[in-house]
Amino acid sequence: MSARIAYDKAKAEGRAALVGYLPAGFPTYEGAVQAARTMVDAGCDVIEIGLPYTDPMMDGPTIQDAVHRALAGGVRVADVFRTVEAVAATGVPVLVMTYWNPVDRYGVDRFARDLASAGGSGLITPDLTPEEGGPWLEASDAHGLDRVFLVALSSTDERIDTITRACRGFVYAASLMGVTGARNALDTGAPRLVERTRAVLDKAGSALPVGLGLGVGTGAQAAEVAGFADGVIVGSAFIRRLLDAPDLASGLAGVRELTEELAAGVRSGR
Amino acid sequence: MTMDTAARGAGAMPDATGHFGRFGGRFAPEALMAALDELAHEFETAKNDPAFVAELEDLLAGYAGRPSLLTEAKRFSEHAGARVLLKREDLNHTGSHKINNVLGQALLTRRMGKSRVIAETGAGQHGVATATAAALLGLTCTVYMGEVDTERQALNVARMRMLGAEVVPVRTGSRTLKDACNEAFRDWVASVEDTHYCIGSVMGPHPFPVMVRDFQRVIGVEARRQCVEMTGALPDAVVACVGGGSNAIGTFHAFVGDESVRLIGFEAGGDGVASGKHAATLVGGSLGVIHGMRTYLLQDDDGQTMETHSISAGLDYPGVGPEHSWLHDTGRAEYREITDAEAMEAFALLCRTEGIIPAIESAHALAGALKVGKELGPDATIVVCLSGRGDKDMHTAAAFFGLMPEGENA
Repeated sequence: MSARIAYDKAKAEGRAALVGYLPAGFPTYEGAVQAARTMVDAGCDVIEIGLPYTDPMMDGPTIQDAVHRALAGGVRVADVFRTVEAVAATGVPVLVMTYWNPVDRYGVDRFARDLASAGGSGLITPDLTPEEGGPWLEASDAHGLDRVFLVALSSTDERIDTITRACRGFVYAASLMGVTGARNALDTGAPRLVERTRAVLDKAGSALPVGLGLGVGTGAQAAEVAGFADGVIVGSAFIRRLLDAPDLASGLAGVRELTEELAAGVRSGR
Repeated sequence: MTMDTAARGAGAMPDATGHFGRFGGRFAPEALMAALDELAHEFETAKNDPAFVAELEDLLAGYAGRPSLLTEAKRFSEHAGARVLLKREDLNHTGSHKINNVLGQALLTRRMGKSRVIAETGAGQHGVATATAAALLGLTCTVYMGEVDTERQALNVARMRMLGAEVVPVRTGSRTLKDACNEAFRDWVASVEDTHYCIGSVMGPHPFPVMVRDFQRVIGVEARRQCVEMTGALPDAVVACVGGGSNAIGTFHAFVGDESVRLIGFEAGGDGVASGKHAATLVGGSLGVIHGMRTYLLQDDDGQTMETHSISAGLDYPGVGPEHSWLHDTGRAEYREITDAEAMEAFALLCRTEGIIPAIESAHALAGALKVGKELGPDATIVVCLSGRGDKDMHTAAAFFGLMPEGENA
């Protein structure tokens, strides 16, 4: 099921979609599944499951820490597919966010096939642009998967056009020049990036939704982003709740509380 | 001649998108694409700009100390069983080949109107060179270095700080060179507007592999001319150590079109490739993507980067420049492993026979020359890139050979 369906449903309700990220295997295999289900239960419309990777070049300290713990706990690519399957059973679209090497190593077509059969919706690829994405474009077509590439504040309109034409499901707008992690203030360029992306999409006759991520961590920020983007993407703030909790139960309670706050935010943004 | 990119027989590589066959390319965050485009454009323009070329040549000659010598190592040759000529990059200012590339990139930084450089470093040679060029050109400088490496290369940390650079110990992952690379990329994504990431080897997303190669080509161009002047002929083999591979590409490249010349790269074999504790990427790795490039790397079945081991911090890296992967696949260059023990034996031998203390990186090439010499025989001439001097490695070497005063062995 394409993430587009969840975005369209939120749009029909007159609000932005809430997209939550969590790496597989963190805090444990089972804990990640429970946390993701809690996020769905409390109001997330789309779930991104991170594939833990040894060299997370785009991630700040919070996600690095979580991913390191997941790898130290022995998480494997097969566990990521199992996590996707367990979370997709809730009925929301589940995408895998991954650096390119694990997919390349697994075999692009084989990865696409196994992701599709686990009920996954597609991939978000922070270090793969359409220019190098030939094999993935083919595999995602063959298996009917979403492919979410990123646009950045520094992208030219020409590049935004190339990138959005390759996207399916939604477009991921990186709201700031930097790595993942909650911030106190959103970059002032974020609304402008979404506006530019929409203009490029309009020109191409596309109504692809634009989700905005990097730096969002509170209900107020979610409301602010929901005022101009189709989706609000949150990752590190969820992980922070789990990292800071003394045990899984209180971590899950924290995740539920944050999800509710963010879900209320996306509903008050317009 | 420095910027002569019409390399003999290899002028077509990489293609316009930075691919060496199936290697190279750009696997990087979208946030960096504009900066990579700008850099590629600036480099293309600069290398065709006589003023830029002249300024770089002036710095290489008047500051770095080029051309570096080609020294005939007569007593070492007796052990190698062939005539060994040493390309003396250890005599450059800052003590290694790294300064060639850094001066070029620092000039480009200024040309792009940026005021800050960042760098990653393993053994500290590239960090020291970057801090030096930054001081010379009035740029601010931050160097990322794995925490493990800051401990084994403490003297170079002090040198960088003395030169005015900020040194940031990286505590993530394996706390070595690859993690320093990750941290430098993270910094760059957030600072790209006023900052240039001065990558220290022929690695990373396009245009870094071709740009660093072109800045290092001077090594081979000089060595080729000097060898012909000295011996009346081309060498039979050219050998160099390979971590990321910049001194090796710099040395090999001028000889790529000379079919009679064997090009042999020596990787860090650590305890031996069979032991699993090594950093020999081309000998023991597989195809993948790391740090913005498609190349051979050391990874497990899930595509997770494997921990590497080498006695040399400068070679302790799980990837390799994409042009080496291409030269490996095409068979134009050969790659072999040298163990820690073999490297240290060659290290001691050069000290005792020639009065030259090499970097432990370079000792891998010297150990390789001892093997190649015996294979090729007494009539053969071998050019060895002595990529750097060993002052920075004295602590490691003293501990290895038990030379520290009582109670001070680390």
